[in-house]
Amino acid sequence: MSKDLLPLHMLPIGSIGKVINLTSMGNVRRRMLDLGLIPDTEVEAVVKSPSGDPVAYQIRGAVIALRSEEASKILIEKI
Amino acid sequence: MGLTHQSTGVGIMKEMFQVKVESAEDIIVALAGNPNTGKSTVFNSLTGLKQHTGNWPGKTVANAQGKFTHKNKNFILVDLPGSYSLMSSSVEEEIARDFICFGRPNVTVVVTDATCLERNLNLVLQILEITSNVVVCVNLIDEAKRKGIQIELNKLSGILGVPVVGTNARDGEGLKELKNAVYAVAIGKVKTEPVKLCYDDIIEQAVKILEPAVGRVVDNKINSRWVALKLIDGEKTIIDSLKKHLGFNILEDDELKEKLTDAKNLLTQNGLGPDGFRDRIVSKVINFAEETCKNIINFNNKQHNALDRKIDRILTSRALGIPIMILLLGVVFWITIQGANYPSELLATGLFWIEERMTDLFVSIGLPDWLLGILVLGAYRTLAWVISVMLPPMAIFFPLFTLLEDLGYLPRVAFNLDNFFKKACAHGKQALTMCMGFGCNAAGVIACRIIDSPRERLIATITNNFVPCNGRFPTLIALATIFIAGNTGPFKSIVATLSVLGAILLGVIITLVVSRVLSQTILKGLPSSFTLELPPYRKPQIGRILIRSLLDRTLFVLTRAVMVAAPAGLIIWLMANLNIGGISILNHCARLLNPIGCLLGLDGYILIAFILGFPANEIVIPIIIMSYMATGAIMELDSLQALRDLLVANGWTWLTAVCTMLFSLNHFPCGTTMLTIRKETQSNKWTWISFIVPTVTGIIVCFTVAQTVRLLGLV
Repeated sequence: MSKDLLPLHMLPIGSIGKVINLTSMGNVRRRMLDLGLIPDTEVEAVVKSPSGDPVAYQIRGAVIALRSEEASKILIEKI
Repeated sequence: MGLTHQSTGVGIMKEMFQVKVESAEDIIVALAGNPNTGKSTVFNSLTGLKQHTGNWPGKTVANAQGKFTHKNKNFILVDLPGSYSLMSSSVEEEIARDFICFGRPNVTVVVTDATCLERNLNLVLQILEITSNVVVCVNLIDEAKRKGIQIELNKLSGILGVPVVGTNARDGEGLKELKNAVYAVAIGKVKTEPVKLCYDDIIEQAVKILEPAVGRVVDNKINSRWVALKLIDGEKTIIDSLKKHLGFNILEDDELKEKLTDAKNLLTQNGLGPDGFRDRIVSKVINFAEETCKNIINFNNKQHNALDRKIDRILTSRALGIPIMILLLGVVFWITIQGANYPSELLATGLFWIEERMTDLFVSIGLPDWLLGILVLGAYRTLAWVISVMLPPMAIFFPLFTLLEDLGYLPRVAFNLDNFFKKACAHGKQALTMCMGFGCNAAGVIACRIIDSPRERLIATITNNFVPCNGRFPTLIALATIFIAGNTGPFKSIVATLSVLGAILLGVIITLVVSRVLSQTILKGLPSSFTLELPPYRKPQIGRILIRSLLDRTLFVLTRAVMVAAPAGLIIWLMANLNIGGISILNHCARLLNPIGCLLGLDGYILIAFILGFPANEIVIPIIIMSYMATGAIMELDSLQALRDLLVANGWTWLTAVCTMLFSLNHFPCGTTMLTIRKETQSNKWTWISFIVPTVTGIIVCFTVAQTVRLLGLV
């Protein structure tokens, strides 16, 4: 297990990461929190859209698509 | 640009909750829930109303109210917009929150998705902080069972402190129990004791400082702990809402203001800024939901979503995602075109047989010629044309499309197309509003509410008209069939399909280009944040969809035919038969418009038809026919071949057909859509822009095509 922090959009499809920190602020941060993205939440990169962005992630039982702009502001640790 | 909430449609939404109560005894029930939990199905099953349902988040953007009776009590059910939370200040969430908080529902039912309960509990817990009269409805229980998810509902009820009912609203399962629970909570037979979430000590201390003052000011009409938490959080919209419902600004109370400052100071001293505070609150709620679910849910099959993922990997793959999308749309149109032929001819034959009998009857009772003309050749004939040309394609297309919607395919379309919209500086959910536009552009405009950013919502509203609605694509189909696919023999319906598909793809490309141009000019800005849920695929209720949307469409077309087409036919007949200086009014107008029409590859009559078609796009072709028939060639119009002959006799070439199709795709929205845009944007300016943008686009496109083709000598 590596301790390196990784922005979520770099997580390869099929891998699972654990949320360490959100770097977004204000409204975007609220929205990410509403998705259940709090520290220690496990997130799996599930499927890419045809152009590679957005990517769909499995978050607390739901599949949510995020654009790289948002995902890059979620720091994770790969497990 | 003045993109205030007032000018972008929020104002109107807030006025929508005028609950119609018949007597003081009536019990008001609010129906809340995450998007896509089958909330609309629960609503429909309880009230017997037929609100349109679909498998994509944000379907219920308009609100509905319905009634049901249970144990001799009247219940008024208010369907709130779906939301994941009450915290992130989107319009829907604000509305849902305000109604639960200030609308004084006797009971709030929170509909949750059994297959994804943990996520749904977030909203349940937030609602429990506002009100204790809550019933939790765990819907889609059979789907959960199929996926090997077992939920201990009694235990959940014990933890939450409110009744929990498992339902399967599609089959009506559990609805009686749900009604019983709502009844029991409403009359106070069941006392609820909702779980109280305790936050970190420091937050609790801050709340303790503020809460008594809040309690005094709001006179305990509203849960003071909750208001205190929101005030500390610094949520502006809640202050506005409180002001509106209490009639005064609570921050004008000096003691309260002082205590609020104290509470905030206490938090800052302990290193908790606004974002930090909210993080802690949300984390508590989410952790509690997680813990709860660990206790009550048993996953027998960890891989329960494997099939969905497999399908997704194909439907959204780099190589196949977009081709499959186009193929599916093509198949839908092919079935529509192929299937519409026969019923169309049958209807035409039948309706024109009736016309002959009617004429005979009117002649035999000695009706004067002009009255006969107005009624039969004007009103009735237009009506007959609208029904026979428009009804069959609509009645076939709509159920097919609803099927895709019900399956859950539309969010995948948005997922596939998002990158294009991002490049156009628009919102990914615009793909969803575009899809709604296929049904009806007015519905598409209303659906734009799912887009939070006012700028992107306006872009979606203005460009919605580039998707041909149900009233326009039969025009495309008819023209493509007779002019473009005319002599291709056995491949006729395939060529027609490809032409219509091409027109729609062109519409999508124009949407993207115009969105981009708007983003660079009058609606400058960057794309806002975007999250899109890809819900699980669901087995559509095929039978119900077929019957319901078939009836729905038939009724819709018939009503419009009677309300709009018949009067329009009457007017056009008068215009064609009243003469000024020996020439009919219609000809005067057509001559006036003819030069412009010619530049665009059309003619004066076609332009008049589009102008007179403003109330409803489906009457454009009938008006064209009527105008040509009134100017000479009277014939039996009972087939597409006859229509072709008529049009050719009036100088149509394939270029005229193409330009008419293009102009049909790109021109001003119909009357209903315009009214809807006005209502949604609350602004004359944006309504006019929505009128001008597609019209100018249409003029440019038609002009370019017509002139290029003529220059190259292709006609």
